Amino acid sequence: MKKRNNAVLLSTPYLLWMVAFTLIPLGVVAYYALTDPATGVFSFRNLKELGMYLPVLWQSIVYSLASAVICLILGYPVAYCIAQCRPATQKFLYMLVMLPMCMSFLLRTLAWVGLLQDTGILNSLLSRIGIGPLKMIRTPGAVILGMVYNYLPYMILPLYATIVKIDHRLIEAAEDLGCNGVQVFGRVVLPLSVPGILSGMTMVFVPSVSTFYISQKLGGTDTVLIGDVIERQFKQGNNPNLGAALSLVLMLLVFVCTGIMNCFGGDSEEGGVIV
Amino acid sequence: MKKMLSLVLAVCLVLGCAAMLTGCGGGEEKTTLYVYNWGQYIAEGDDDSLDVIAAFEEAYPNIEVRYSTYDSNEIMYSKLANGGITVDVIIPSDYMIGRMRQEGMLEELNFDNIPNYQYIDESFRNTSYDPENKYSVPYTWGTVGIIYNTKYVDEADVTGWELLWNEKYAGKILMFDNSRDAFAIAQYLLGYDINTTDEAELQECADKLAEQKPVVQQYVMDQIFDAMENEEAWIAPYYAGDYLTMVAENPDLAFYQPQEQGFNMFIDAMCIPTCCQEKEAAELFINFLCDPEISAANMDYLGYSVPSSASKEFLDPELAANPVAYPSEETLRNTSSFDNLPEETSRLMESLFMEVRNG
Repeated sequence: MKKRNNAVLLSTPYLLWMVAFTLIPLGVVAYYALTDPATGVFSFRNLKELGMYLPVLWQSIVYSLASAVICLILGYPVAYCIAQCRPATQKFLYMLVMLPMCMSFLLRTLAWVGLLQDTGILNSLLSRIGIGPLKMIRTPGAVILGMVYNYLPYMILPLYATIVKIDHRLIEAAEDLGCNGVQVFGRVVLPLSVPGILSGMTMVFVPSVSTFYISQKLGGTDTVLIGDVIERQFKQGNNPNLGAALSLVLMLLVFVCTGIMNCFGGDSEEGGVIV
Repeated sequence: MKKMLSLVLAVCLVLGCAAMLTGCGGGEEKTTLYVYNWGQYIAEGDDDSLDVIAAFEEAYPNIEVRYSTYDSNEIMYSKLANGGITVDVIIPSDYMIGRMRQEGMLEELNFDNIPNYQYIDESFRNTSYDPENKYSVPYTWGTVGIIYNTKYVDEADVTGWELLWNEKYAGKILMFDNSRDAFAIAQYLLGYDINTTDEAELQECADKLAEQKPVVQQYVMDQIFDAMENEEAWIAPYYAGDYLTMVAENPDLAFYQPQEQGFNMFIDAMCIPTCCQEKEAAELFINFLCDPEISAANMDYLGYSVPSSASKEFLDPELAANPVAYPSEETLRNTSSFDNLPEETSRLMESLFMEVRNG
């Protein structure tokens, strides 16, 4: 009995924090989304205007999924290799993965502008060796590159955490029973790392789908993402109601996506570790 | 060992809290003045210029200035309209002053605290946005034109606003990232009034802007400085004063004003919003910026035109004689200024521009 009271007591600060800074603001967002900007009365007007932004929303989803998949392809081998190292090396490599996150995300993205732009470092090197200036910045590729670059650590870390916990005896057992390397990986290691894959995918997808800075700096006039649109409603457009409605839709989308991913991972042994 | 660590952490936590609590009280009385201004719009001491804010704080040691910047009138407006902040001095443009005045967002100024208002020229008083000179003190004025790089742009193509639509320079053209300035360019090109409320005309302008989108590299405001100086972009519409700043970095840049089609002339003026907490300090600040010597030193750096003949005398003579900063009456013959638009028109323009940007 006493133990239970302690648990409640200990979690009170966090619960208060949640209510004050997550639940109440969510309510405010919902309130704004469902009121008319001009008159302030209840209306679905903002939700009706959303139709216009569906292509932008779709584009955001496609870009973020692409970057999540690329992160997985790049990140999995790295996480796997780290997990195979000696513990001391593991710690060191883990720190290396975290290292870029010590520098401001904005600065790192801005650095890519200097690298990729038409008069940038890469292009001046390329022109010097005779390969004309390539159009790199302001393309969808540049935006996806920015997302992958910024969020790759969020893929590697959960993958590493999952892979390192895989019981080595299972792999040995598979080998004893005649599996070759590919089969061991495909039948034992990969299925056991599904929770890490899902959690990594979510952790890359969610910040990517709502980003606005990356697309503004690395994207062109046609790579507008939903985050840009929301930002504009609050700043330039002075239409917080529509901005709130868009945010609400984005939030629902993120919930649905994480829900779907959770479903896939539902039957795994460690189901429910996602997010 | 672990116990030791948690003990240390707990002590740190307690000390931290205590410091936070005591930190709030005590200290000497100092007035904090919140100034909210356009980006790159005051001399800050770089390139041997005068650091205006530091000079003000030196002149009034009991006032501490907190300075922040915005990218466009509209961003400043939404920030103030949404409330919840303290700002003591803002420097919006003409039409925005008209709008904020009508919506009761501006305080009347006490001109006893702003004696330097006497230096403001007659032609910058009794304006349409502040007909009774109650709410604003002009800071700068200027014009909009096309900045282009003579290394890449053929002079024969520089014929008017249509240069910004020229496919020959696709991907090297920048465009305003605010609806009012962007629409004005389409309006001059199509021969419409820049203060029109006609929906069909606005729609036509939006179509014109959508037509331009494929050749536009980026919609920008102050990022234009880097892009034009580094030659990442070759053509951009912007404010004359900022052209003078850019050409100092890259002498290949030139400035062109389509006199036949017309172009925008604007006044930016200092105002005190109703969310102001330190009105007297704000008026001292406004007065300080109107001081002829201070304002001349400020404009030497900014390149914008000063609305006061008294200040002009202290200006770098080269700048004072520069036709970009101080164009002749003949050049200004076909200019027009922004008026405050009805709210409905503003909203329509903003949503049309949003469609252009997202489409």
